[in-house]
Amino acid sequence: MTEKKSRYADRKVSLIVFVGVLLFFYIPLFILIVFSFNGGKNMHWIGFSLKWYKQLFFHSGNLWFAVLNSFIIALTSSICATIIGTLGGIGIYWYNFKWKKYLRIISYLPLIMPEIIIGVSLLILFAGIKWRMSLFTVFVAHTTFNIPYVIMIVMARLEEFDFSIIEAAYDLGAKEFQTLIKVIIPLVSPAIISGLLMSVTLSLDDFIVTFFVSGPGSSTLPLYIYSMINRGVFPIINTLSTVIIAFTVLIAFSSRKIHAYMH
Amino acid sequence: MNRKDLGKIYSAPVTIWLTLFFVCPTMIIFIYSFLKKKLYGGVIWKFSTEAYKSLLNPDFLEIVWFTVYISIISSLLIILIAIPTAYFIARSKHRNLYLFLIIVPFWTNFLIRIFAWIGILGNNGLINELLMAIGIIKSPLELLYNQYAIIIVTIYTYLPYAILPLYSSIEKFDFSLLDAARDLGASKITAMFKIFLPNIHGGIISALLFTFIPSLGSYAIPQLVGGKKSMMIGNCIARELKITMNWPLASSMSVILTLVTLISILLFMQKNKKVYDGNVKYRSPSSVFRKNKGAV
Repeated sequence: MTEKKSRYADRKVSLIVFVGVLLFFYIPLFILIVFSFNGGKNMHWIGFSLKWYKQLFFHSGNLWFAVLNSFIIALTSSICATIIGTLGGIGIYWYNFKWKKYLRIISYLPLIMPEIIIGVSLLILFAGIKWRMSLFTVFVAHTTFNIPYVIMIVMARLEEFDFSIIEAAYDLGAKEFQTLIKVIIPLVSPAIISGLLMSVTLSLDDFIVTFFVSGPGSSTLPLYIYSMINRGVFPIINTLSTVIIAFTVLIAFSSRKIHAYMH
Repeated sequence: MNRKDLGKIYSAPVTIWLTLFFVCPTMIIFIYSFLKKKLYGGVIWKFSTEAYKSLLNPDFLEIVWFTVYISIISSLLIILIAIPTAYFIARSKHRNLYLFLIIVPFWTNFLIRIFAWIGILGNNGLINELLMAIGIIKSPLELLYNQYAIIIVTIYTYLPYAILPLYSSIEKFDFSLLDAARDLGASKITAMFKIFLPNIHGGIISALLFTFIPSLGSYAIPQLVGGKKSMMIGNCIARELKITMNWPLASSMSVILTLVTLISILLFMQKNKKVYDGNVKYRSPSSVFRKNKGAV
């Protein structure tokens, strides 16, 4: 009996911390949502109003332009990174070639380097080869930091399979290209999808790398939010945050429902 | 086509891409850090150690120290909060739901999470408004723009990165070991320190890495919620690159930041040799984070 009691006491401390953490996580977001309906400009409650939503949806052209940029970059860079990274992961895991060790190191290092270094070094590179900062440079940068994640995911998936599957395909007369399309790709397709999704999320969320490699007209949503915070345009950020939070919660819950449904 | 060459074909695109856009730029920074500066950005191709010499002033050393100090304090606090949280989740029946609740707020944009704290702590922020409304204070308190604000927001940003790896190592822990220790006469605290903590050692080290390394490279957090005196290395790099246009200096600072990062990873790995000799490999914080996102 005492045993049970003491264990309960253990849990009591951790329960308090856990509840505290949840409050710590949710209260700030909750405040953002509440104040997005405030009529006033700052955190002084004046009265319920939807005027900032009106402003957000009808008078913030530049913001939606940044949203569009974000989606363009997320889609193109994640597709490009997924193709290059998947092929690379297959190559590293199943085949031998001269520069394998080098490739392993350079596909691993970007994961542990501070992101700011990637941004700074790409800025200096682009300036050196005289590429103007544009959506294209942002695309190149995002593809670069996405590739290592795709490789990691694909290789984790390949660990579950035997190379003999490929050998069997060859023995049965499949050509290299057929083997890739009909055997390897279907095999790693779950990894391809999660690699793609992860690249999209990383790309949509990235601030620091984009901060260095974007130029006029190519700012993404995070950059736009950053400049709004700097300029002190607070109410719009509240409403924008609420829209984003609603959107993510919707996706989160529906994915959870789909997940529950599928299992 | 020779089958032996297939590996080359598969790996050529990624090798070329990463060489061009990761290896080359990194080497360029290293080379630039030993060159002379041009007036409006760029470099003069002449060997010089000027950049490194100007790093040796007390101001910059203080910034390096401040960066390391903020990272240490915040990651220690994060671990202190994350262990009981992960422990609670791992021992409860609704693990998946609780993990989900921990992760959902972090699907919103990182800058929005910073902004939420500006709304709370700012001069016209919620706390000041409330305190003034009640009449406790007359003029707003300076809650933002100091190192405490940086630490709070860093904790807010990186806490889940620590909870997730700790959760996965606590989940594997055999809790009957604690009962056994108690039966053999250990006190609750002794059991915790001698049995529980050593067994989740690997999780603690990864949690430390996942929070310490990203906060070393912080830029946005100190920029937005730190004061003029609370610059971190990231802010100095951005200033030299974009405002003062001293590229060799920015490059040398980047080299220093990379070195500090590599040294701390090596130190952590040294401390944790057993774990790294085993199956656990170092994975980047966000990889584990995203992976667990998918798992929920």
